[in-house]
Amino acid sequence: MTGSKGAPLLQVRDLRVAFRRRGEPETVAVDGVSFDVAAGQVVGLVGESGCGKSVTSMAIMRLLPQRGVHITGSVKLDGEELLTLSDARMRERRGRDLSMVFQDPLSSLNPVIPIGLQITEVLRRHRGMDKEKAREAAVELLDRVGIPDPRRRITAYPHQLSGGMRQRVMIAIALACAPRLLIADEPTTALDVTIQAQILELLKEMVAETGAALIMITHDLGVVAGLCETVNVLYAGRIVERAQRHRLFGTPRHPYTHGLLRSIPRLDAPAGEALEAIPGSVVDNVPWTHACAFAPRCHRSVERCLEVTPAGETTGGRLLRCHNPVPASAE
Amino acid sequence: MNGADSADGRAAGGAHEEGIARERGPEHVHDHSVDRGVDRGVDRGVDRTSGSSGEPPAEPLLDVRDVAVHFPIRRGLVLDRTIGHVFAVDGVSLRIGRGETYGLVGESGCGKSTLGRAILRLEKPTAGQVFFDGRDIAPLKGEELRTMRRRFQMVFQDPMSSLDPRQSVQSLLTEGMKAHGLTRGAAADGKRLRELVDAVGLPAAALRRYPHEFSGGQRQRIGIARALCVEPDLIVADEPVSALDVSVQAQVLNLLERLQAELGLTYLVIAHDLAVVRHVSDRVGVMYLGGLVEEAPSQALYDEPLHPYTRALLSAIPVPDPELEDRRERILLTGDLPSPAAPPPGCRFHTRCPWRQPERCDTERPQLRVVEGTVPGHRVACHYAEEIRSGALRPHRVEPAVAEDVLGPGAVPDQPGSVTEILGR
Amino acid sequence: MTTTWAQRRKDRIDDLAGGRSLTSEALRRLRRDPVALTGGVIIGLFVLVAAFAPLLAPHGPAETFPQLQQDLRPGNIPGPTAGFPLGSDQLGRDFLSRMILASQQTLLVGVLATLIGLAVGIVIGTVAGAFGGWVDTLLMRITDVLLAIPSLLLAISVAALAASPSQTTVIIAVAIVGVPIFARLLRGSMLAQRNSDHVVAATALGVKRPAVVLRHMLPNAIGPVIVQATLTLATAILDAAALSFLGLGDADPGRAEWGLMLAQAQTYLDVRPALAFLPAFAIIAVALGFTLLGESLREALDPKGRR
Repeated sequence: MTGSKGAPLLQVRDLRVAFRRRGEPETVAVDGVSFDVAAGQVVGLVGESGCGKSVTSMAIMRLLPQRGVHITGSVKLDGEELLTLSDARMRERRGRDLSMVFQDPLSSLNPVIPIGLQITEVLRRHRGMDKEKAREAAVELLDRVGIPDPRRRITAYPHQLSGGMRQRVMIAIALACAPRLLIADEPTTALDVTIQAQILELLKEMVAETGAALIMITHDLGVVAGLCETVNVLYAGRIVERAQRHRLFGTPRHPYTHGLLRSIPRLDAPAGEALEAIPGSVVDNVPWTHACAFAPRCHRSVERCLEVTPAGETTGGRLLRCHNPVPASAE
Repeated sequence: MNGADSADGRAAGGAHEEGIARERGPEHVHDHSVDRGVDRGVDRGVDRTSGSSGEPPAEPLLDVRDVAVHFPIRRGLVLDRTIGHVFAVDGVSLRIGRGETYGLVGESGCGKSTLGRAILRLEKPTAGQVFFDGRDIAPLKGEELRTMRRRFQMVFQDPMSSLDPRQSVQSLLTEGMKAHGLTRGAAADGKRLRELVDAVGLPAAALRRYPHEFSGGQRQRIGIARALCVEPDLIVADEPVSALDVSVQAQVLNLLERLQAELGLTYLVIAHDLAVVRHVSDRVGVMYLGGLVEEAPSQALYDEPLHPYTRALLSAIPVPDPELEDRRERILLTGDLPSPAAPPPGCRFHTRCPWRQPERCDTERPQLRVVEGTVPGHRVACHYAEEIRSGALRPHRVEPAVAEDVLGPGAVPDQPGSVTEILGR
Repeated sequence: MTTTWAQRRKDRIDDLAGGRSLTSEALRRLRRDPVALTGGVIIGLFVLVAAFAPLLAPHGPAETFPQLQQDLRPGNIPGPTAGFPLGSDQLGRDFLSRMILASQQTLLVGVLATLIGLAVGIVIGTVAGAFGGWVDTLLMRITDVLLAIPSLLLAISVAALAASPSQTTVIIAVAIVGVPIFARLLRGSMLAQRNSDHVVAATALGVKRPAVVLRHMLPNAIGPVIVQATLTLATAILDAAALSFLGLGDADPGRAEWGLMLAQAQTYLDVRPALAFLPAFAIIAVALGFTLLGESLREALDPKGRR
């Protein structure tokens, strides 16, 4: 982690997102999430489906529907509050200052418009380029994200490209205006491992080249291990552990992080090693209001865990939300 | 692979190894190429299994020989015209011993799922034989096939879609028993059902409930119970955990291992995740574009991958260990998987291979063979495996080729993995 | 702690004593839906009236009354009077009784025609969807031809083919109109089912083909068809009314039927508009009731609504 001083690029404070459907109790998807992203930093948000990682990113991008969604807290980009920004101003900042890459490039690209046009559209709108200039810039962008023969490819439709190529196009669009913050929401989940490796490499290069900050959202601990400086582990809408990646993976303190790392089959594990499964599933969660949501599944839980909500405590650069953390034997 | 006492599992695996080094016998040599639909003059010959098959068991439960599955690509408004074939599986031979777990890995479009379905006779093989317990099930049909199905079952990737949403767990489980005449009266059946759900770690109350009332992991348990209800010998698990949450995957993998130890099941586990496959399997086969490119005991495959594709695959898998990630050298493959409707001639991997050598790789399709000095049972389909292993050949840069160029845009479905759906089969 | 967790999980599973099937969940959603309730109330009223029509109607459908007839003149049809709350029709019969009794006919024609169409459509759709191949092609080409003809035109042609217009020909004509719609719809969702994992799973399990089709494919495919049936019932009522209106129905002048009443009242539209408006309103109300129910049924069965 680069110890960048001063105000962070992105400052998320106590973000809470609740969905309200008529006739049904409110569901809280994100329950008080706070984190910072410094300029040029790569931050990971890790968790399983339903932990609120994608909703967090959608809330930052202001892409959630206005009806039935209740967002509180604060999201500041360069000190400017995004949550209260007018729609027009937000549209302007989206794409120019912050942009997003989604999991499924096929559904996030317009299927009836050639990819070149989808890139030039962004360039013309946000950077005021004329048609010719935008076209040249688009070719250059496609070339930069590693699309072979970009001059010809520019007229291709999304369905004519493979999944990996489509994701490259998405990255090209996201980077078209040299945003300061890029949010990648499971960008490689739909791809094969060899293609995933290509895309991760590309993201790394692009971030290094453009100096953009990156928020990497994924369920794959392996992906963040090699990519992110700081890793946030989410569980049931709250960050349960945050640390610099070497510390997080080296000595996971939260029983959830610890358990996850022990429950996935690893390529580098000795043969025949049994997996330590985490019992139950997310439906066993209890609400955070007066307990630790993970307590029912936790092998280290104590009485207190079902009575008092654990507070997030930061010690030595590590945030930990647990009454009875795994002993830091190696620290 | 039984997790609890894996030492026993290894020992049993070792027992297979004896009597294996002998020749496979003449019955294995097949007479003609399976590719009836091919007339491009390219050598698309199926890998003729080399004489000494090494590790695979002498008396396998499953013996797959030169199986091919080709899907016709049809076009035309009034009359369907076959304009080509998708060579989903193109000549695969493998053997799985009783009680063994064979892992099949590969990326989407490599044909692993189609092969699994062909073995289960959910897809009719275009060519080749599938010997199950000594009997060729490839030509079976009708009632004969249906009764045979009791002995080989499938666990699906998506437990939600593979369970009929309108059937209670009880009726889902009883159905298979009824279909094969395994019902023994209400009391005995009830007991058996309770045993089944208990075996997969669900309470008896689960029987009355419906699939949508369970979580993903629990549904997969039901899927496993359904496969078990007919007391099969072989279970083909197609991506059994990839649709599940990370924290739940281990539960299902451990369950599969426990059941194997208790019931003596034989598994064919198909997955894209090499880490999962390595964890559960005794032996692993790596598929690329319709064919096996490497086969080895799982540890040997990880310790010393011989095929360039296996090497790339292994190096591409992210490991949740920053230290290792920082040190690792990645073999990044360029370009995409070529279309299985127009597989490259010669070695299928030559278009993306960083070790590709001129001429031979482009024209001659390599067969699975043993490389001197490797673990018994380790076979690889690469002309230059020795040179790559010794380091005499160094990787070089590959210019990315784009798959769609071969037949023109749109002619070939984008994701060959789902070709069966696209073609509406 | 682990025991607590296991206990909790067990409790939760035991909670739902019977387990809820998708159908019962859909019904539960339906009961909460105001649109469905409105539709249900309208249909309920209609069915009640039809069921008890002979008791509710003060007089017979063909009964004429001298006290009404004496005021009948060109340019005057008696309105509500004592004993006849809705007044007279153009022949001096009790309009209220005819309105009430007509509900029976409408229900009979509409429901019967839809049910027949549904039954035939389900058979064709199932066969086409389950077998595929040339059977499918043949059946679908035939339904395509039927679909190509506008529904009312098709019903008119069928009804006109009959030797003499009657109630039965109306029912058959309206039923035939529904058949291709049901068959196509069912065949489509059967095909989708055929490739679905759970059908492949049943096949892999060794379940016999007829059982796979009837137990797994049909029940999961039929949802949209049921929805369509409620919507078709609305149009069937309108079609049947139209046929009667055009004189292709039962010609018996004494029979009370909304469509027929509407047809016969058109000459007196300027004299007593209520004679036309009330049957028309009744037809629209009933059709609306079924449409509302159908729409909310569609929503209740929508897989996206499922957990």
